[in-house]
Amino acid sequence: MSKPLKQIHLAAHFPGVNNTTVWSDPEAGSHIEFDSFAHFARTAERARFDFLFLAEGLRLREQGGEIYDLDVVGRPDTFTVLAALAAVTEHLGLTGTINSTFNEPYEVARQFATLDHLSGGRSAWNVVTSWDAFTGENFRRGGFLPQQERYSRAKEFLATAHELFDSWHGDELLADQAAGEFLRDAKAGSFVHTGHHFDIHGRFNVPRSPQGRPVIFQAGDSDEGREFAASDADAIFSRYATLEEGRAFYTDVKNRLAKYGRRHDQLLILPAATFALADTDAEAQELAREVRRQQVSGATALKHLEFVWNRDLSSYDPDGPLPDIDPAVGDHHISEGRAQVRMYRDPLATAREWRELAAAHHWSIRDLVIETGNRQNFVGSPETIARTIDEYVQADASDGFILVPHITPTGLDAFADKVVPLLQERGVFRTEYEGPTLRHHLGLAHPDDVGGERRAAS
Amino acid sequence: MSPSSPASPSSPLHLAVALDGTGWHPASWREPVARPRELFTAGYWAGLVAEAEHGLLDFVTFEDGLGLQSSHHAELDDRTDQVRGRLDAVLIASRVAPLSRRIGLVPTVVATHTEPFHISKAIATLDYVSTGRAGLRVQISARPHEADHFGRRTVPPVEDHDSPVLTDLLDEAADHVEVVRRLWDSWEDDAEIRDVATGRFVDRDKLHYVDFEGRHFNVKGPSITPRPPQGQPLVTALAHGTVPYRLVARGADIGFVTPHDTDQARAIVAEIRAEQENAGRAAEPVHVFGDLVVFLDDDPAEAAARRDRLDTLAGEPYTSDARIFTGTPAQLADLLLELRSAGLTGFRLRPAVLGHDLPAITRGLVPELRRRGAFRSAYEAGTLRGLLGLARPANRYAAV
Repeated sequence: MSKPLKQIHLAAHFPGVNNTTVWSDPEAGSHIEFDSFAHFARTAERARFDFLFLAEGLRLREQGGEIYDLDVVGRPDTFTVLAALAAVTEHLGLTGTINSTFNEPYEVARQFATLDHLSGGRSAWNVVTSWDAFTGENFRRGGFLPQQERYSRAKEFLATAHELFDSWHGDELLADQAAGEFLRDAKAGSFVHTGHHFDIHGRFNVPRSPQGRPVIFQAGDSDEGREFAASDADAIFSRYATLEEGRAFYTDVKNRLAKYGRRHDQLLILPAATFALADTDAEAQELAREVRRQQVSGATALKHLEFVWNRDLSSYDPDGPLPDIDPAVGDHHISEGRAQVRMYRDPLATAREWRELAAAHHWSIRDLVIETGNRQNFVGSPETIARTIDEYVQADASDGFILVPHITPTGLDAFADKVVPLLQERGVFRTEYEGPTLRHHLGLAHPDDVGGERRAAS
Repeated sequence: MSPSSPASPSSPLHLAVALDGTGWHPASWREPVARPRELFTAGYWAGLVAEAEHGLLDFVTFEDGLGLQSSHHAELDDRTDQVRGRLDAVLIASRVAPLSRRIGLVPTVVATHTEPFHISKAIATLDYVSTGRAGLRVQISARPHEADHFGRRTVPPVEDHDSPVLTDLLDEAADHVEVVRRLWDSWEDDAEIRDVATGRFVDRDKLHYVDFEGRHFNVKGPSITPRPPQGQPLVTALAHGTVPYRLVARGADIGFVTPHDTDQARAIVAEIRAEQENAGRAAEPVHVFGDLVVFLDDDPAEAAARRDRLDTLAGEPYTSDARIFTGTPAQLADLLLELRSAGLTGFRLRPAVLGHDLPAITRGLVPELRRRGAFRSAYEAGTLRGLLGLARPANRYAAV
């Protein structure tokens, strides 16, 4: 008997602060006005996607000591926009990225529990860490956290939030008007947490929400990040959307689950993925090239090269060869407020490698940045993209994808209309939502189920 | 120049309703109309806001707090016979924003334990999702048990309304408001340029560091959220004494005050206007709204009986910082017009039982005021500032 087909999970990442968001296209709309979010969310819900995803940034990026002005800049507050989206959707999960460094557990737990109530059980929290003093300059405590403690704070933050969510069991609200008993338990919401990062106690003031706790996402890729996901998350937002990298990551993370007493299906792996969709494969290839040119202007290419060289390259010609000077190595980085720069752990080696690549292919600076980054994960006709996504998921390169279109807010429309029906025909994507909550869509058990054995979808 | 009132004594008055649980009387949840089991659903709040909008009210406020409700100020009471638990007010306001069209939405935020950076972008976003109808009500927390929820500071016991502890918390709240306001202005309105020729999405010269340095915190800026539709959403505060009146005069667009008669109202208004002058804000319109708790029935005896019945259920007479009114909509209209003569420009009514007294306001009081030429018959503006006769402020950072 052949293995049953895995069901694909799909989510929609609202395109925002990133050079992959093409703002110069005549079709590009506002990334701030609520109508854009509402359009995007309704498209995702019409396509029966699992959830909508919002990224976060708590300080405008800077490069060379100036605010970075080439990408989309600005975004609304995550909780506030998700609460409003709950009013214009019925099923779509609402996933917000919320930092564990410049927030406090009581407040964040209240906001997620509230969002879960107000959405009827559709909230999810992508727990991210931050530590840098640059972001800290916008907050009361400043840059208080050493880098090596960011995961320790994140883990304790999440554990504390779970203690708050669990401080109400769900049966406390009697609201018995005749007897005059509103609460069954005079101590509802009591909690005490004593730890390295948090020493708090009292009463949580939001009763248990439909999902008990929000669904937990994790997004870091370091060894610590992977362990954090394996021990504590329901889903991981990864960046490995290619077949081989995806399979390697999938195997690595799923193999870490056993030591925490967890099964393979208790952690979903969902890479971010971009796509270029057209009627035919050839047209899609052409579109993909065109979009990459729009994403990487000459100015953008120079700025991206500066991430590695860590010095001002504005005097170089983006259509000319790569600089033959070496990167500046040091603690200070020319770019601030951007996680991406930490990817280049050995800038001298990267510079060497890029110079060789460019020389071999006769690439200019701009060509190199286009060719080494920003390549769309899925390029093709609806048939090609549906088949590829299905193949990747069945081959355990992921459990699905979080799609990031390059146009706001209509970038998902064609995917919803043309690719989703093909996935449904293949029998690998839902035609109707399985239940009202995000846990239902993701096949995750409700935390109150004894032993967590009963599948929410069953 | 004498400090500015946004309205003359005969101009139409403004009306807001303060939403809290099932109503302001602690036994309100036991009334058949109360729907206490729905308090934690979106539909409950959407229904209340729709009713207030039906009455063409200027705005609703949403109460909040970072601890469980209590009948004592400084500590929890462990009672099980009253409403306990509440949802985050900013998120409730945001959840109902797409379902309403004209009414202002003013959630409470606690300045003592929150980050002004987060609050600024949250209220700016509320302004975007409501297309120009957002405000905030700034509140301090002097409750030790709420400080314990954060573990970052202790709050010593508070003796009276002008204690040094409160003065300090209010100073911090004033800084909080100042930072929030600067962050709203940290993007000029036309900062987003999408200039394809130069490849620039924003003009960085129109983005501004706020560089706030204060006793309690420093904030760099700019905001991550562009300047909201109203430029400056509405800042409001409830005030009961000289120190909070100063906060209103220095930083707010509306102060909610609690006079018990016309003379007291006149004295409070004079004090706020004097503080406005001291703060160099004499030319800026600042509304002073009277807060009243209301029990409204067509027969005054019925309203009084209802209050007695609820007091009996609660086991004690209801008291409030605000004047408690029992009577008919016509009697309330008389009282409001009398108080208006003392310089109040509007009122925030606290319905004793939301399910009963809110419709009594929208369907009884409002038509009564309208008959007397003292209230609008249609929404005359698309933003909350517009409804209140407040202009869209110029950006403090924009080059003249």
